[in-house]
Amino acid sequence: MKILVCMKQVPQKDAPLKLNETGTWIREDVSYEVNEPDAYALEEALRQKEKHGGEVVVITAGPARSQQVLREGLAKGADSAIHLEDPGFVGLDAFNTAKAFAAAIKEENFDLIFTGLQSDDYGYAQTGVVLAEIMGWPHATIIMQIDKQDGGIKVKRELEAGFFQHVDMPLPAVLTIQSGINKLRYATLIGIKQAKNKPLRKVTMDEVRSSLGDNMQKIEKLYIPQKTKKTEMLTGSPAEIAKQLVEKLKNEVRVL
Amino acid sequence: MPAFKFKGVDFIEFDSLLSEDEILVRDNTRKWVEEKIIPIIEQCNREGRFPRELVPEMGQLGFFGANLKGYGCAGMSNVEYGLVTQELERGDSGLRSFVSVQSALVMYPIYAFGSDEQKDKWLPQLAKGEKLGCFGLTEPDFGSNPGGMRTRAKKDGDHYMLNGEKMWITSGSIADIAIIWAKVEDEDNRVRGFLVETKTPGFKADDVHGKWSLRASVTSGLSLQDVRVPASALLPKSGGLKSPLMCLNQARYGIGWGGIGAAMACYDTALQYSKLRKQFRDQPIASHQLVQQKLAWMITEITKGQLLALQVGRLKDQEKVQHQHISMIKKNNVAMALECARMARDILGANGIADDYPIMRHMMNLESVKTYEGTDDIHTLIIGASITGIDAF
Repeated sequence: MKILVCMKQVPQKDAPLKLNETGTWIREDVSYEVNEPDAYALEEALRQKEKHGGEVVVITAGPARSQQVLREGLAKGADSAIHLEDPGFVGLDAFNTAKAFAAAIKEENFDLIFTGLQSDDYGYAQTGVVLAEIMGWPHATIIMQIDKQDGGIKVKRELEAGFFQHVDMPLPAVLTIQSGINKLRYATLIGIKQAKNKPLRKVTMDEVRSSLGDNMQKIEKLYIPQKTKKTEMLTGSPAEIAKQLVEKLKNEVRVL
Repeated sequence: MPAFKFKGVDFIEFDSLLSEDEILVRDNTRKWVEEKIIPIIEQCNREGRFPRELVPEMGQLGFFGANLKGYGCAGMSNVEYGLVTQELERGDSGLRSFVSVQSALVMYPIYAFGSDEQKDKWLPQLAKGEKLGCFGLTEPDFGSNPGGMRTRAKKDGDHYMLNGEKMWITSGSIADIAIIWAKVEDEDNRVRGFLVETKTPGFKADDVHGKWSLRASVTSGLSLQDVRVPASALLPKSGGLKSPLMCLNQARYGIGWGGIGAAMACYDTALQYSKLRKQFRDQPIASHQLVQQKLAWMITEITKGQLLALQVGRLKDQEKVQHQHISMIKKNNVAMALECARMARDILGANGIADDYPIMRHMMNLESVKTYEGTDDIHTLIIGASITGIDAF
């Protein structure tokens, strides 16, 4: 199987974030890391390759710094990488990101495309699903297990309240992978060395621009929550105060 | 688990001096240390236990002989290798010592002085961690002056007979092979290296107990009584005291980076603590001038240590490094780390002595690190000799 894994570079989880001047996103000068859900998607792809053979390709869109996630993917065992390299890719919404990916891979024949369930920064959980629609492929989300079978795959999806769904799917397909379903491997030092010699194809904004449209979603304003302290004094007899308190705990704080 | 999660230390955009691969190597090792070492290290330290269960994984990740080429080794640059030892020592000096010994003091001499048969047989197994090694140079009566060693090898047909005592040997009792340095009686007492399998009759290793330092690694004394090894156990290209000193140069280089790691752990802990601990007028102690003075000293010294290590690493990668350069990073960065540990302990007050925090462990470890692989004083004299042209020892 030939599997594409979509990976995103996101700000480190515990990095101190500062707003940019326009107040629409954060400043660039933070530390970045691989979006954790995508790390699970990559791990699952590598495990599928170990089981069934094939090839794993990693793809990302973003400025030069985002190549780091591809290097990490290659060091862990991916065979090649595709980098849609331009700072402009950071500003795309899920719809346009999916369109850019679709345009960048139109010459390739993948059996499966994996994405993480969602990104740790925007958290849309849309790119994979939209990509499937654009490609005209079936998709399934929140995947916990993938078994290859004749003519396709059988996947296990996580639903709510402890329920699971098992779905038979044809290939090719797009799957968004649930985090925590496998144990992430570390890149080996040899892997890091070998990654240097693996093919990395760069795609410019100009090559995919004709496929892109206007963003359908944009961030109007990003701000740090204002700290508000409000102390309300309850008055009356002890019985009245108790009654008011219960009322508030039930309806306002909703802990009862 | 420790009280604070390590946040990394980079004051002057040091990372901008590193390549992408160097950063990846560093971050990958940091992640492994954070997930595998930090959660267990205080308990290992309490129990005086070497976490041997981690050896196969360390082998798989490529930590052993990381800067050697071929034989299943990663072929890292010296800067990358240095960053690995920095991160390991941020975890624990004992653990870094174990890796240094396996890599620089066992694999390196086989790599540099061994026969093809010795290399083919041992290096791949040592790289994977399937076999462990130790390095026998220091003796009970000969530390800074290894040239006085009493261990002797005597030709006995197509064998050598080894006799002597070695002391303060990291990994001695868990090793499968020992690189033993001995004076060969038939060669006018020239020092040469032997690759001795520790199961050979007459070879005995006893652990040093009651040590207050490097408690998460094994330290042993070795006794060799009529240990008969085939002539093929001789490391053919070893010759003179220069050979073991070449090995020590490799290890000292890694220690120079390791000191930065231990210092970072202490500094980062003290910084985070000082911002939370409140004293006088309900203000964090980080607002006190004397606390800031300590923190400022630490970050300045760590930053200087990083630049020193990086430059020496770059020289080593260009094959231009001199032994006095390596003496300087070993001496400076370990002494700096020990001072950081002591200052950090001061900032944490009574909390600094408890193993809820890593500081006292690092401090005790660093007392060994300051002494082993050339004491602080000896490295001073090496630097002194190189600038004056006069040996003071």
